[in-house]
Amino acid sequence: MDFIYYFGDVFTPLSFMLLLGGTIGGLILGATPGLSPTMAVALLIPFTFQLEAAQGLILLGAAYTSTVAGGAVSAILLKIPGAPANIATTLDGHTMAKQGQGARALQLSFLASAVGGVFGVLLLIFLTPVLAKWALAFGPSHLFWLAILGVTVIGTLDSASVVKGLLSGCIGLWLATIGFDDIMGAQRFIFHPALGGGINIIAALIGLFAIPQVLTMFAKGRHNTGAEVIEVQRHSILEAFRELFSRTRALSIGTLTGSIIGLIPGVGGQIAGLVAYDQTKKFSSEKDKFGTGHSEGVIAAESANNAMVGPSLVPLLTLSIPGSPTAAVLLGGLLIHGIFPGSDLFDNHPDVAWTFINSMLIGQVLMCVFGLYVAGLAARVAQVPQSVMAAIVLALSVFGAYSVQGSMGDVYVMACLGIGMFFLERFGFSAAPLVLGLILGPIAEANFIQGGMIADATVGKASYFLTGGLNLLLIAVVLASIAYSVWMELRHRRYTTKEEAQA
Amino acid sequence: MRRMIAGAALALMSLTGTATAEDYPERPLMLMVSYGAGGATDFQARIVTMTAGNEDALGMPIAIINKPGAGGRVGWNWFATQADPDGYTLAAYNVPHFIAQSIKGGVEYSADSFEPIANWGADPAVFVVGADSEFNSMEDVVAFAKENPGKLTVSGAGLFVGHHIAALQIDKAAGTKMAYIPTKGGGAAAMKAVIAGEVMGGINNLSDAFRAQEAGNVKILGVADLERNAFLPDVPTMMEQGLDVDNSSVNFRGVMVPKGTPPEVIEKLSATVPEMFANSRVAKKMEAGGSPMHIMTRDEVIEMWAQRQQTLNELLAGL
Repeated sequence: MDFIYYFGDVFTPLSFMLLLGGTIGGLILGATPGLSPTMAVALLIPFTFQLEAAQGLILLGAAYTSTVAGGAVSAILLKIPGAPANIATTLDGHTMAKQGQGARALQLSFLASAVGGVFGVLLLIFLTPVLAKWALAFGPSHLFWLAILGVTVIGTLDSASVVKGLLSGCIGLWLATIGFDDIMGAQRFIFHPALGGGINIIAALIGLFAIPQVLTMFAKGRHNTGAEVIEVQRHSILEAFRELFSRTRALSIGTLTGSIIGLIPGVGGQIAGLVAYDQTKKFSSEKDKFGTGHSEGVIAAESANNAMVGPSLVPLLTLSIPGSPTAAVLLGGLLIHGIFPGSDLFDNHPDVAWTFINSMLIGQVLMCVFGLYVAGLAARVAQVPQSVMAAIVLALSVFGAYSVQGSMGDVYVMACLGIGMFFLERFGFSAAPLVLGLILGPIAEANFIQGGMIADATVGKASYFLTGGLNLLLIAVVLASIAYSVWMELRHRRYTTKEEAQA
Repeated sequence: MRRMIAGAALALMSLTGTATAEDYPERPLMLMVSYGAGGATDFQARIVTMTAGNEDALGMPIAIINKPGAGGRVGWNWFATQADPDGYTLAAYNVPHFIAQSIKGGVEYSADSFEPIANWGADPAVFVVGADSEFNSMEDVVAFAKENPGKLTVSGAGLFVGHHIAALQIDKAAGTKMAYIPTKGGGAAAMKAVIAGEVMGGINNLSDAFRAQEAGNVKILGVADLERNAFLPDVPTMMEQGLDVDNSSVNFRGVMVPKGTPPEVIEKLSATVPEMFANSRVAKKMEAGGSPMHIMTRDEVIEMWAQRQQTLNELLAGL
């Protein structure tokens, strides 16, 4: 119960000011396209040089939690996912905003974020020693199977047909091979110097999601701008509360999936939202509504990506191994004050450790309060005439892609992928499976090569990848996931042929 | 009238001519780090440049830009081919990494593409094993490797980085053949593989290994340097344990500019930057983070690069 003892430290005037500043600043940074949570936290590191260790970490912790949630704002209103974590939020969230329900989508997303986030931090507080063992249990072979599990999701994710989903997944897997291969250093498909570093995931996200809709808006022309002004519906916060807790299935699946996946070093944050979205869809009684502005989609995605925040810090705080890029930046924030994560942190600097964790807990609540406050105002963005909106989104996209590494190369990549996706969408392909392929490709490949090298030196590939409890469990889940997709596809086909026969 | 304007223009030209050297830098500078935010190089670069804006240093802040990928190849390729040699674009170098990569080929840079400014740190490679490992000295490791050729799995941050060079040197000195496993995700991922028992041992940065040992997760068996390190006075060097491994794998970190940068700019930077590194606030933060400092001037770095080029040429020739 150490954490209760140190709660007071969060509420000293300076600490609380930093917490407020970190939360509000984090929301704004998170909502800015192209600024991922990792970069936002890295930007704040110099400010912590002047602060005491505990205060510096309050700022960083608050910023981390709220940037993850803030990414939902641009995902819902502009269809620009701020980070891979927010991809799944665009699928239903942006559709809701287009229907004038932006306020409802934002309220639900912030509430779900807070619930997921608080759960995640509580896991961090109470179960850290147990979870640390779990985090270490995932070796290269397990991460490989986990990535393959993600690939099986591709077919069913946000696509009219399984075949088209798999095809766009394959395009994503191919795009992921561009650039220097990370383990061997071989060059692959580098047609242009800008591709040397591979396809930057943030630039790709902006291109694939935002650019096609900009082109669609431009293609519609000026003549019908007046007619399409959307009426933005007001939505009371109380109702959002009620709706959130009537969707317990989406909320609990999202929270649990996010917590479990967030724990796994190197994979977590990127795919938590997408996997939770897919699982919720599979278990939902209203499968067909997903993708058409269904609130369960937003709730699952957002509760998952904030639930991941707490567990993702477990390997860092206990073993001193950063499990994600953001955790690596936070490690810098600790080291700069001479504090080493691990037993040193909890034994010799409990005030720093617990104040940091508490600040994330309070930060979740503050983030939710501010989020709900701006939700009503922000939703008015949908009233902006389409031609103006297209220009704004385009400008933000270019800015976002450029700001990732300060290079025009990423802007070209974004533009090319965006134009390509515009045409693919016309043939019924969708961006989400493509992005999932882009994310999972390198994870699967690197872990297969690395696991293969270990296996060759020890027990051989077959027994390394195919034996052991965790491997077998993951393989079983992969098979079940494939079987489920096949079964759904067959059932769906039987129904449609029956209807066609009757018609 | 015309003569006056011409005279004024001439005076202005001569003024700006001298001004570029004297007023440099007149806007913020950029330092490219070819590893991700949060990595050891990025972390240290942020500390050693934090006082750049002071009047006694450059008087202008230095912003860090990360261009990670493929063990640094992506960033250094960019720096060699696309960065402007105007004195406002600096980069962090990691030796022996970029020299070894240029020897192995497939990249567009070599030591001749860059002009060193100053060195800030030297992080030796160390051999680590899990806390519960049966190995207690390099002797145990070498004995196992000799009995089981190709079976001793050893993790490191990537191919042709300092860790890999150290592994090659150990192999050469002991006549063994270890299975070197490069990881994606740098030193942190390689360390995780050791702690989780995925590999039998690992080669990692002294600074990261020191932290992991403090946390009780690993044992450090040897330092690949000429002398013992102040952070680890009890850990013997490889030489002390009978392995002929010198300091070729020590990860030297410093600042460089692209070839073609004006000589007066290089002069100004190489006079100011080592002073900036020597700032006591910088030293305190580096010490607190467990990062060994080693300040070297431009001339010393030029010599060190040339030495590394030669040893690495010999070491990598057989591969």
